[in-house]
Amino acid sequence: MTDLMTELNIDVEALMQNICEQLQKRDVLQQDPKMIGILKGGAWVAQKLHAQLKIDAPLGELDISFYRDDFSKIGLNPTVQPSTIPWEIEDQHIILVDDVLYTGRTVRAALNEIFDFGRPASVTLVTLLDRKGCRELPFHVDVTGMEIECNRTIHVSGPDPLKVSLVDNSKEQEA
Amino acid sequence: MSRFSTPNPQLNELGKIKHFLTLEGLKQHHLVEILDTAESFINPKTDEIKKVPILRGKTIMNLFFEPSTRTRTTFEIAENRLSADVASLDIATSATKKGESLLDTLWNLQAMQADMFVIRHAESGAAHFFAQHVAPHVHVLNAGDGQHAHPTQAMLDMFTIRKHKGDVFDLKVAIVGDVLHSRVVRSQIQALSILEAREIRVIGPKTLMPTHPEAMGVHYYDNIEEGLNDVDVIIMVRLQNERMKSALIPSEKEFFKLYGLTEKRLALAKPDAIVMHPGPINRGVEIDSAVADGPQSVILQQVTYGIAVRMAVMAIIMSNSAQLAQHQSEQASLELEELAALNPTSENPTVEKA
Repeated sequence: MTDLMTELNIDVEALMQNICEQLQKRDVLQQDPKMIGILKGGAWVAQKLHAQLKIDAPLGELDISFYRDDFSKIGLNPTVQPSTIPWEIEDQHIILVDDVLYTGRTVRAALNEIFDFGRPASVTLVTLLDRKGCRELPFHVDVTGMEIECNRTIHVSGPDPLKVSLVDNSKEQEA
Repeated sequence: MSRFSTPNPQLNELGKIKHFLTLEGLKQHHLVEILDTAESFINPKTDEIKKVPILRGKTIMNLFFEPSTRTRTTFEIAENRLSADVASLDIATSATKKGESLLDTLWNLQAMQADMFVIRHAESGAAHFFAQHVAPHVHVLNAGDGQHAHPTQAMLDMFTIRKHKGDVFDLKVAIVGDVLHSRVVRSQIQALSILEAREIRVIGPKTLMPTHPEAMGVHYYDNIEEGLNDVDVIIMVRLQNERMKSALIPSEKEFFKLYGLTEKRLALAKPDAIVMHPGPINRGVEIDSAVADGPQSVILQQVTYGIAVRMAVMAIIMSNSAQLAQHQSEQASLELEELAALNPTSENPTVEKA
Protein backbone atom coordinates (compact mmCIF):
# COMPACT_ATOMS: atom_id res chain seq x y z
CA MET A 1 0.00 0.00 0.00
CA THR A 2 2.67 2.47 1.07
CA ASP A 3 4.46 2.37 -2.27
CA LEU A 4 1.29 3.58 -3.96
CA MET A 5 1.16 6.64 -1.74
CA THR A 6 3.37 9.64 -1.96
CA GLU A 7 3.85 11.36 1.35
CA LEU A 8 4.68 15.02 1.30
CA ASN A 9 5.83 17.07 4.26
CA ILE A 10 4.43 20.59 4.35
CA ASP A 11 6.54 23.57 5.40
CA VAL A 12 4.39 24.71 8.33
CA GLU A 13 6.51 27.83 8.97
CA ALA A 14 5.88 29.07 5.43
CA LEU A 15 2.13 28.51 5.80
CA MET A 16 2.16 30.39 9.12
CA GLN A 17 4.02 33.25 7.49
CA ASN A 18 1.50 33.31 4.68
CA ILE A 19 -1.42 33.39 7.15
CA CYS A 20 0.15 36.18 9.22
CA GLU A 21 0.71 38.31 6.13
CA GLN A 22 -2.88 37.87 5.01
CA LEU A 23 -4.25 38.60 8.49
CA GLN A 24 -2.15 41.74 8.80
CA LYS A 25 -3.97 43.17 5.79
CA ARG A 26 -7.30 42.69 7.56
CA ASP A 27 -9.08 45.16 9.85
CA VAL A 28 -9.67 42.53 12.52
CA LEU A 29 -6.11 42.87 13.86
CA GLN A 30 -6.82 46.54 14.67
CA GLN A 31 -10.02 45.59 16.53
CA ASP A 32 -8.47 44.07 19.66
CA PRO A 33 -9.24 40.56 18.38
CA LYS A 34 -9.70 37.47 20.55
CA MET A 35 -8.32 34.19 19.19
CA ILE A 36 -9.88 30.74 19.67
CA GLY A 37 -8.25 27.45 18.63
CA ILE A 38 -10.28 24.29 18.08
CA LEU A 39 -8.79 21.34 20.00
CA LYS A 40 -6.51 19.70 19.23
CA GLY A 41 -4.90 20.50 15.88
CA GLY A 42 -6.49 23.95 15.63
CA ALA A 43 -5.27 24.87 19.10
CA TRP A 44 -1.69 23.95 18.12
CA VAL A 45 -1.90 26.23 15.08
CA ALA A 46 -3.56 28.94 17.19
CA GLN A 47 -0.79 28.83 19.81
CA LYS A 48 1.77 29.68 17.13
CA LEU A 49 -0.36 32.33 15.44
CA HIS A 50 -1.26 33.90 18.77
CA ALA A 51 2.44 34.32 19.58
CA GLN A 52 3.47 35.48 16.11
CA LEU A 53 0.69 38.07 15.86
CA LYS A 54 1.35 39.24 19.45
CA ILE A 55 -2.35 39.19 20.38
CA ASP A 56 -2.88 40.68 23.86
CA ALA A 57 -5.87 38.69 25.14
CA PRO A 58 -5.06 35.13 26.20
CA LEU A 59 -5.86 32.31 23.77
CA GLY A 60 -9.21 30.55 24.06
CA GLU A 61 -9.65 26.84 23.33
CA LEU A 62 -12.77 25.00 22.25
CA ASP A 63 -13.44 21.29 22.52
CA ILE A 64 -16.39 20.88 20.20
CA SER A 65 -17.06 17.22 21.16
CA PHE A 66 -20.32 18.06 22.93
CA TYR A 67 -21.49 20.03 19.88
CA ARG A 68 -20.81 17.44 17.18
CA ASP A 69 -23.76 16.44 15.03
CA ASP A 70 -22.90 12.74 15.08
CA PHE A 71 -23.33 12.06 18.83
CA SER A 72 -26.34 9.86 18.05
CA LYS A 73 -24.11 7.82 15.69
CA ILE A 74 -20.71 7.61 17.35
CA GLY A 75 -21.28 8.72 20.93
CA LEU A 76 -18.94 10.70 23.12
CA ASN A 77 -15.33 11.45 22.30
CA PRO A 78 -13.43 9.75 25.14
CA THR A 79 -10.77 12.48 25.29
CA VAL A 80 -13.15 15.40 25.63
CA GLN A 81 -11.72 18.38 27.53
CA PRO A 82 -13.38 21.48 28.96
CA SER A 83 -13.48 24.50 26.66
CA THR A 84 -11.75 27.56 28.07
CA ILE A 85 -12.81 31.00 26.90
CA PRO A 86 -11.05 33.37 29.31
CA TRP A 87 -12.95 36.52 28.27
CA GLU A 88 -16.47 37.61 27.27
CA ILE A 89 -17.46 36.67 23.71
CA GLU A 90 -20.14 39.37 23.55
CA ASP A 91 -19.33 42.05 20.93
CA GLN A 92 -15.79 40.79 20.39
CA HIS A 93 -14.01 40.22 17.08
CA ILE A 94 -13.08 36.54 17.08
CA ILE A 95 -10.37 34.83 15.04
CA LEU A 96 -11.38 31.17 14.92
CA VAL A 97 -8.47 28.85 14.10
CA ASP A 98 -8.50 25.23 12.95
CA ASP A 99 -5.91 23.06 11.25
CA VAL A 100 -8.00 21.99 8.26
CA LEU A 101 -11.34 23.09 6.77
CA TYR A 102 -12.86 19.94 5.30
CA THR A 103 -16.61 19.16 5.44
CA GLY A 104 -17.43 22.29 7.46
CA ARG A 105 -19.08 20.32 10.27
CA THR A 106 -16.42 21.22 12.85
CA VAL A 107 -16.84 24.91 12.08
CA ARG A 108 -20.61 24.58 12.45
CA ALA A 109 -20.11 22.97 15.87
CA ALA A 110 -17.56 25.60 16.91
CA LEU A 111 -19.83 28.48 15.89
CA ASN A 112 -22.71 26.99 17.86
CA GLU A 113 -20.54 26.67 20.93
CA ILE A 114 -19.20 30.23 20.52
CA PHE A 115 -22.74 31.57 20.30
CA ASP A 116 -23.64 29.74 23.51
CA PHE A 117 -21.05 31.94 25.22
CA GLY A 118 -22.34 35.15 23.64
CA ARG A 119 -22.83 37.11 20.42
CA PRO A 120 -19.52 38.03 18.83
CA ALA A 121 -19.19 41.16 16.69
CA SER A 122 -17.52 39.07 13.97
CA VAL A 123 -15.84 35.72 13.38
CA THR A 124 -12.88 35.37 11.01
CA LEU A 125 -12.11 31.77 10.06
CA VAL A 126 -8.43 30.87 9.68
CA THR A 127 -7.16 27.40 8.78
CA LEU A 128 -3.72 26.08 7.98
CA LEU A 129 -5.09 24.09 5.06
CA ASP A 130 -8.27 24.28 3.03
CA ARG A 131 -9.23 20.86 1.75
CA LYS A 132 -11.38 21.89 -1.17
CA GLY A 133 -14.12 20.05 -2.96
CA CYS A 134 -15.65 18.03 -0.14
CA ARG A 135 -17.64 20.66 1.72
CA GLU A 136 -20.94 19.41 3.13
CA LEU A 137 -22.01 22.73 4.67
CA PRO A 138 -21.86 26.23 3.20
CA PHE A 139 -18.64 27.52 4.80
CA HIS A 140 -15.62 29.16 3.28
CA VAL A 141 -12.37 30.06 4.94
CA ASP A 142 -11.32 33.72 5.27
CA VAL A 143 -7.59 33.11 5.54
CA THR A 144 -5.75 29.88 4.76
CA GLY A 145 -2.13 28.87 4.36
CA MET A 146 -2.72 26.60 1.40
CA GLU A 147 -5.46 24.96 -0.64
CA ILE A 148 -5.27 21.25 -1.34
CA GLU A 149 -7.42 18.79 -3.22
CA CYS A 150 -9.87 16.56 -1.42
CA ASN A 151 -8.24 13.29 -2.49
CA ARG A 152 -5.29 13.91 -0.21
CA THR A 153 -5.31 12.71 3.36
CA ILE A 154 -3.73 15.00 5.91
CA HIS A 155 -1.75 14.02 9.00
CA VAL A 156 -1.27 16.71 11.62
CA SER A 157 0.94 16.11 14.67
CA GLY A 158 2.04 18.51 17.38
CA PRO A 159 2.13 20.68 19.31
CA ASP A 160 5.91 20.97 19.17
CA PRO A 161 7.09 20.53 16.48
CA LEU A 162 3.90 21.10 14.53
CA LYS A 163 4.11 18.83 11.51
CA VAL A 164 1.75 18.41 8.59
CA SER A 165 2.09 15.81 5.87
CA LEU A 166 -0.10 14.99 2.89
CA VAL A 167 -0.76 11.53 1.59
CA ASP A 168 -1.92 11.31 -2.00
CA ASN A 169 -4.36 8.43 -2.00
CA SER A 170 -5.80 9.03 -5.47
CA LYS A 171 -3.54 6.32 -6.91
CA GLU A 172 -4.61 3.99 -4.15
CA GLN A 173 -8.24 4.66 -5.00
CA GLU A 174 -7.57 4.01 -8.68
CA ALA A 175 -5.78 0.76 -7.84
CA MET B 1 -19.56 -21.94 32.92
CA SER B 2 -19.06 -20.64 36.44
CA ARG B 3 -21.45 -18.27 38.15
CA PHE B 4 -18.92 -15.48 37.58
CA SER B 5 -19.66 -15.50 33.89
CA THR B 6 -23.25 -14.38 34.48
CA PRO B 7 -23.49 -11.17 32.50
CA ASN B 8 -23.80 -8.00 34.57
CA PRO B 9 -27.34 -6.70 33.84
CA GLN B 10 -26.11 -3.12 33.76
CA LEU B 11 -23.58 -3.65 30.96
CA ASN B 12 -24.37 -3.98 27.26
CA GLU B 13 -22.86 -6.60 24.97
CA LEU B 14 -19.80 -4.39 24.43
CA GLY B 15 -19.18 -4.34 28.20
CA LYS B 16 -20.23 -0.69 28.51
CA ILE B 17 -22.67 0.79 31.00
CA LYS B 18 -26.29 0.46 29.88
CA HIS B 19 -28.12 0.92 33.18
CA PHE B 20 -26.51 2.51 36.23
CA LEU B 21 -27.90 0.55 39.15
CA THR B 22 -25.01 -0.17 41.49
CA LEU B 23 -21.22 0.08 41.49
CA GLU B 24 -20.95 -3.61 42.30
CA GLY B 25 -19.40 -5.47 39.40
CA LEU B 26 -18.13 -2.36 37.61
CA LYS B 27 -14.45 -2.08 36.70
CA GLN B 28 -12.04 0.71 37.49
CA HIS B 29 -12.15 1.94 33.87
CA HIS B 30 -15.94 2.40 34.08
CA LEU B 31 -15.54 4.62 37.14
CA VAL B 32 -12.59 6.55 35.74
CA GLU B 33 -14.53 7.24 32.54
CA ILE B 34 -17.34 8.77 34.62
CA LEU B 35 -14.90 10.92 36.62
CA ASP B 36 -13.02 12.08 33.50
CA THR B 37 -16.21 12.90 31.63
CA ALA B 38 -17.55 14.84 34.64
CA GLU B 39 -14.31 16.83 34.61
CA SER B 40 -14.96 17.90 31.02
CA PHE B 41 -18.25 19.56 32.00
CA ILE B 42 -16.65 21.84 34.59
CA ASN B 43 -14.75 25.00 33.80
CA PRO B 44 -11.42 24.37 35.56
CA LYS B 45 -11.07 27.99 36.67
CA THR B 46 -14.59 28.96 37.72
CA ASP B 47 -16.25 25.59 38.55
CA GLU B 48 -19.04 26.72 36.23
CA ILE B 49 -21.03 23.98 34.48
CA LYS B 50 -22.14 25.01 31.00
CA LYS B 51 -25.13 23.74 29.09
CA VAL B 52 -24.26 21.42 26.18
CA PRO B 53 -26.53 20.15 23.40
CA ILE B 54 -25.71 16.43 23.40
CA LEU B 55 -28.99 14.97 24.69
CA ARG B 56 -31.22 17.19 22.58
CA GLY B 57 -34.34 15.28 21.58
CA LYS B 58 -33.94 12.71 24.38
CA THR B 59 -36.53 12.43 27.13
CA ILE B 60 -35.55 11.69 30.71
CA MET B 61 -38.14 10.99 33.39
CA ASN B 62 -37.41 11.32 37.07
CA LEU B 63 -39.53 8.92 39.09
CA PHE B 64 -39.24 9.71 42.76
CA PHE B 65 -41.20 7.26 44.87
CA GLU B 66 -39.42 8.62 47.94
CA PRO B 67 -38.96 12.28 48.79
CA SER B 68 -35.66 13.95 47.90
CA THR B 69 -34.53 17.52 47.49
CA ARG B 70 -30.84 17.52 46.62
CA THR B 71 -30.68 14.42 44.45
CA ARG B 72 -33.80 15.22 42.49
CA THR B 73 -32.87 18.85 41.93
CA THR B 74 -29.32 18.08 40.84
CA PHE B 75 -30.61 15.38 38.49
CA GLU B 76 -33.05 17.87 36.95
CA ILE B 77 -30.34 20.49 36.55
CA ALA B 78 -27.96 17.91 35.07
CA GLU B 79 -30.59 16.76 32.57
CA ASN B 80 -31.34 20.35 31.59
CA ARG B 81 -27.65 21.14 31.17
CA LEU B 82 -27.44 18.20 28.74
CA SER B 83 -30.40 19.73 26.82
CA ALA B 84 -32.66 16.72 27.41
CA ASP B 85 -36.43 17.05 27.76
CA VAL B 86 -37.23 16.43 31.41
CA ALA B 87 -40.35 15.25 33.20
CA SER B 88 -40.34 14.76 36.95
CA LEU B 89 -43.05 12.70 38.56
CA ASP B 90 -43.83 12.69 42.21
CA ILE B 91 -45.12 9.16 42.13
CA ALA B 92 -45.74 9.04 45.86
CA THR B 93 -48.67 11.39 45.27
CA SER B 94 -49.98 10.24 41.89
CA ALA B 95 -50.99 7.22 39.84
CA THR B 96 -49.81 4.45 42.16
CA LYS B 97 -52.08 5.90 44.82
CA LYS B 98 -54.99 5.27 42.47
CA GLY B 99 -54.14 1.56 42.40
CA GLU B 100 -52.06 1.41 39.22
CA SER B 101 -49.34 -1.23 39.47
CA LEU B 102 -45.68 -0.25 39.24
CA LEU B 103 -45.25 -1.94 35.88
CA ASP B 104 -48.35 -0.35 34.39
CA THR B 105 -47.01 3.04 35.47
CA LEU B 106 -43.65 2.19 33.91
CA TRP B 107 -45.10 1.04 30.60
CA ASN B 108 -47.33 4.09 30.34
CA LEU B 109 -44.38 6.38 30.89
CA GLN B 110 -42.36 4.39 28.40
CA ALA B 111 -45.15 4.90 25.86
CA MET B 112 -44.57 8.63 26.33
CA GLN B 113 -41.23 7.99 24.61
CA ALA B 114 -38.90 8.12 27.56
CA ASP B 115 -35.28 7.29 26.79
CA MET B 116 -34.15 7.11 30.40
CA PHE B 117 -35.70 6.72 33.84
CA VAL B 118 -34.07 8.07 36.96
CA ILE B 119 -35.59 6.17 39.86
CA ARG B 120 -35.60 6.60 43.60
CA HIS B 121 -37.51 4.07 45.64
CA ALA B 122 -37.72 2.98 49.27
CA GLU B 123 -37.41 -0.70 48.31
CA SER B 124 -33.97 -2.21 47.71
CA GLY B 125 -33.77 -3.62 44.18
CA ALA B 126 -36.45 -1.33 42.70
CA ALA B 127 -34.12 0.04 40.02
CA HIS B 128 -33.05 -3.49 39.02
CA PHE B 129 -36.71 -4.45 38.73
CA PHE B 130 -37.37 -1.53 36.40
CA ALA B 131 -34.27 -2.29 34.35
CA GLN B 132 -35.51 -5.84 33.80
CA HIS B 133 -38.81 -4.64 32.40
CA VAL B 134 -38.02 -1.60 30.25
CA ALA B 135 -37.78 -1.77 26.46
CA PRO B 136 -34.27 -2.52 25.11
CA HIS B 137 -33.59 1.10 24.09
CA VAL B 138 -34.61 2.52 27.49
CA HIS B 139 -32.09 3.08 30.29
CA VAL B 140 -32.50 3.05 34.05
CA LEU B 141 -30.49 5.06 36.51
CA ASN B 142 -30.67 4.36 40.22
CA ALA B 143 -31.04 7.49 42.33
CA GLY B 144 -31.20 5.49 45.56
CA ASP B 145 -33.04 2.24 46.33
CA GLY B 146 -33.81 1.30 49.92
CA GLN B 147 -30.69 0.34 51.83
CA HIS B 148 -29.06 -1.04 48.71
CA ALA B 149 -27.24 1.53 46.57
CA HIS B 150 -26.92 5.18 45.62
CA PRO B 151 -24.24 4.99 42.94
CA THR B 152 -24.31 8.57 41.62
CA GLN B 153 -23.85 9.91 45.18
CA ALA B 154 -20.81 7.66 45.64
CA MET B 155 -19.40 8.79 42.30
CA LEU B 156 -19.77 12.47 43.14
CA ASP B 157 -18.01 11.74 46.43
CA MET B 158 -15.15 10.09 44.52
CA PHE B 159 -15.08 13.08 42.18
CA THR B 160 -14.85 15.48 45.13
CA ILE B 161 -12.03 13.43 46.65
CA ARG B 162 -10.16 13.38 43.35
CA LYS B 163 -10.60 17.14 42.90
CA HIS B 164 -9.01 17.79 46.30
CA LYS B 165 -6.52 14.95 46.58
CA GLY B 166 -5.61 14.31 42.95
CA ASP B 167 -6.44 10.61 43.17
CA VAL B 168 -8.41 8.22 45.37
CA PHE B 169 -5.60 5.71 45.20
CA ASP B 170 -3.43 5.50 48.32
CA LEU B 171 -5.78 7.51 50.56
CA LYS B 172 -7.05 6.62 54.01
CA VAL B 173 -10.77 7.28 54.18
CA ALA B 174 -12.97 7.16 57.29
CA ILE B 175 -16.74 6.85 57.09
CA VAL B 176 -18.49 7.80 60.33
CA GLY B 177 -22.05 7.10 61.41
CA ASP B 178 -24.94 4.88 60.42
CA VAL B 179 -23.28 2.35 58.13
CA LEU B 180 -25.98 -0.27 58.61
CA HIS B 181 -28.88 1.64 57.05
CA SER B 182 -27.01 3.75 54.54
CA ARG B 183 -27.15 2.94 50.82
CA VAL B 184 -24.73 5.81 50.30
CA VAL B 185 -22.08 4.13 52.46
CA ARG B 186 -22.52 0.80 50.70
CA SER B 187 -21.90 2.48 47.34
CA GLN B 188 -19.04 4.58 48.73
CA ILE B 189 -17.24 1.49 50.02
CA GLN B 190 -17.63 -0.20 46.63
CA ALA B 191 -16.33 2.89 44.81
CA LEU B 192 -13.37 3.31 47.16
CA SER B 193 -12.47 -0.37 46.76
CA ILE B 194 -12.71 -0.28 42.96
CA LEU B 195 -10.55 2.86 42.88
CA GLU B 196 -8.08 1.17 45.26
CA ALA B 197 -8.14 3.48 48.25
CA ARG B 198 -5.36 2.44 50.63
CA GLU B 199 -7.60 1.98 53.65
CA ILE B 200 -11.32 2.27 54.28
CA ARG B 201 -12.42 2.66 57.88
CA VAL B 202 -15.95 2.63 59.22
CA ILE B 203 -16.60 4.25 62.58
CA GLY B 204 -19.73 4.07 64.72
CA PRO B 205 -21.56 2.12 67.41
CA LYS B 206 -21.92 -1.64 66.84
CA THR B 207 -25.70 -1.21 66.67
CA LEU B 208 -25.31 0.85 63.48
CA MET B 209 -22.89 -1.58 61.80
CA PRO B 210 -23.52 -4.72 59.80
CA THR B 211 -22.67 -7.91 61.71
CA HIS B 212 -19.38 -8.37 59.90
CA PRO B 213 -18.15 -5.02 58.58
CA GLU B 214 -14.79 -6.64 57.69
CA ALA B 215 -16.60 -8.63 55.00
CA MET B 216 -16.95 -5.36 53.05
CA GLY B 217 -13.18 -4.96 53.04
CA VAL B 218 -13.12 -2.24 55.68
CA HIS B 219 -11.59 -1.76 59.12
CA TYR B 220 -14.07 -1.21 61.91
CA TYR B 221 -13.48 1.23 64.80
CA ASP B 222 -15.98 1.83 67.57
CA ASN B 223 -13.76 4.58 68.95
CA ILE B 224 -13.82 7.69 66.77
CA GLU B 225 -10.57 9.11 68.16
CA GLU B 226 -8.67 5.99 67.06
CA GLY B 227 -10.52 5.75 63.77
CA LEU B 228 -9.82 9.32 62.65
CA ASN B 229 -6.12 9.13 63.38
CA ASP B 230 -4.09 10.11 60.27
CA VAL B 231 -6.92 9.86 57.71
CA ASP B 232 -7.03 11.94 54.48
CA VAL B 233 -10.79 12.02 54.06
CA ILE B 234 -13.64 11.99 56.59
CA ILE B 235 -17.12 11.17 55.34
CA MET B 236 -19.91 11.81 57.85
CA VAL B 237 -23.29 10.19 57.25
CA ARG B 238 -26.50 11.06 58.97
CA LEU B 239 -28.57 8.83 61.23
CA GLN B 240 -31.16 7.20 59.00
CA ASN B 241 -33.99 7.58 61.53
CA GLU B 242 -36.61 6.71 58.93
CA ARG B 243 -34.98 3.35 58.28
CA MET B 244 -34.38 2.36 61.92
CA LYS B 245 -36.93 -0.12 63.15
CA SER B 246 -36.05 0.34 66.83
CA ALA B 247 -34.00 2.65 69.00
CA LEU B 248 -30.42 1.79 68.08
CA ILE B 249 -28.85 4.75 69.84
CA PRO B 250 -29.67 6.10 73.30
CA SER B 251 -30.26 9.67 72.05
CA GLU B 252 -29.01 12.13 69.46
CA LYS B 253 -27.23 14.05 72.20
CA GLU B 254 -25.45 10.90 73.31
CA PHE B 255 -24.52 10.10 69.70
CA PHE B 256 -22.95 13.51 69.24
CA LYS B 257 -20.98 13.08 72.46
CA LEU B 258 -19.58 9.76 71.26
CA TYR B 259 -19.32 10.15 67.47
CA GLY B 260 -20.04 13.77 66.50
CA LEU B 261 -17.32 15.41 64.42
CA THR B 262 -15.90 18.33 66.40
CA GLU B 263 -12.88 20.52 65.66
CA LYS B 264 -10.98 18.66 68.38
CA ARG B 265 -11.62 15.30 66.72
CA LEU B 266 -10.95 16.66 63.24
CA ALA B 267 -7.47 17.66 64.46
CA LEU B 268 -6.62 13.95 64.80
CA ALA B 269 -6.84 13.48 61.03
CA LYS B 270 -4.15 14.68 58.64
CA PRO B 271 -3.87 18.51 58.70
CA ASP B 272 -5.11 18.72 55.09
CA ALA B 273 -7.92 16.19 55.55
CA ILE B 274 -11.24 17.07 53.91
CA VAL B 275 -14.67 16.65 55.52
CA MET B 276 -17.54 15.38 53.40
CA HIS B 277 -21.23 14.71 54.03
CA PRO B 278 -23.82 13.53 51.50
CA GLY B 279 -26.48 15.65 53.21
CA PRO B 280 -28.86 16.49 54.63
CA ILE B 281 -26.65 17.37 57.57
CA ASN B 282 -27.91 17.32 61.14
CA ARG B 283 -25.94 20.00 62.93
CA GLY B 284 -25.16 18.99 66.48
CA VAL B 285 -26.04 15.32 65.86
CA GLU B 286 -23.28 13.92 63.65
CA ILE B 287 -21.37 17.12 62.89
CA ASP B 288 -20.60 20.35 64.72
CA SER B 289 -21.47 23.56 62.86
CA ALA B 290 -17.90 24.80 63.27
CA VAL B 291 -16.69 21.80 61.23
CA ALA B 292 -19.54 21.78 58.69
CA ASP B 293 -18.87 25.45 57.90
CA GLY B 294 -15.10 25.26 58.49
CA PRO B 295 -12.22 25.49 56.01
CA GLN B 296 -11.80 21.71 55.64
CA SER B 297 -15.46 21.15 54.76
CA VAL B 298 -16.21 20.45 51.08
CA ILE B 299 -19.88 19.65 51.67
CA LEU B 300 -21.28 22.31 49.34
CA GLN B 301 -18.79 21.52 46.58
CA GLN B 302 -20.09 17.96 46.67
CA VAL B 303 -23.50 19.33 45.69
CA THR B 304 -22.09 21.28 42.72
CA TYR B 305 -19.98 18.35 41.56
CA GLY B 306 -23.11 16.19 41.79
CA ILE B 307 -24.45 18.01 38.74
CA ALA B 308 -21.37 17.29 36.61
CA VAL B 309 -21.14 13.65 37.73
CA ARG B 310 -24.81 12.99 36.97
CA MET B 311 -24.37 14.67 33.58
CA ALA B 312 -21.42 12.37 32.95
CA VAL B 313 -23.32 9.18 33.83
CA MET B 314 -26.27 10.11 31.61
CA ALA B 315 -24.04 11.25 28.71
CA ILE B 316 -22.01 8.03 28.89
CA ILE B 317 -25.11 5.83 28.94
CA MET B 318 -26.57 7.55 25.86
CA SER B 319 -23.16 7.52 24.17
CA ASN B 320 -22.79 3.79 24.81
CA SER B 321 -26.25 3.25 23.42
CA ALA B 322 -25.30 5.11 20.20
CA GLN B 323 -22.07 3.14 19.87
CA LEU B 324 -23.88 -0.16 20.38
CA ALA B 325 -26.42 0.70 17.66
CA GLN B 326 -23.57 1.64 15.32
CA HIS B 327 -21.75 -1.60 16.15
CA GLN B 328 -24.88 -3.65 15.51
CA SER B 329 -25.49 -2.05 12.12
CA GLU B 330 -21.86 -2.67 11.15
CA GLN B 331 -22.17 -6.30 12.26
CA ALA B 332 -25.34 -6.66 10.21
CA SER B 333 -23.72 -5.35 7.04
CA LEU B 334 -20.66 -7.56 7.63
CA GLU B 335 -22.91 -10.59 7.88
CA LEU B 336 -24.62 -9.60 4.66
CA GLU B 337 -21.26 -9.29 2.91
CA GLU B 338 -20.24 -12.73 4.19
CA LEU B 339 -23.50 -14.15 2.94
CA ALA B 340 -22.93 -12.56 -0.44
CA ALA B 341 -19.40 -14.00 -0.58
CA LEU B 342 -20.77 -17.47 0.12
CA ASN B 343 -23.44 -17.16 -2.60
CA PRO B 344 -21.84 -15.01 -5.31
CA THR B 345 -24.61 -15.83 -7.82
CA SER B 346 -27.57 -15.01 -5.65
CA GLU B 347 -29.08 -11.65 -6.31
CA ASN B 348 -29.38 -9.57 -3.20
CA PRO B 349 -30.14 -5.90 -3.76
CA THR B 350 -28.96 -4.88 -0.28
CA VAL B 351 -25.55 -6.41 -0.84
CA GLU B 352 -25.20 -4.73 -4.22
CA LYS B 353 -25.68 -1.40 -2.54
CA ALA B 354 -23.07 -2.18 0.10
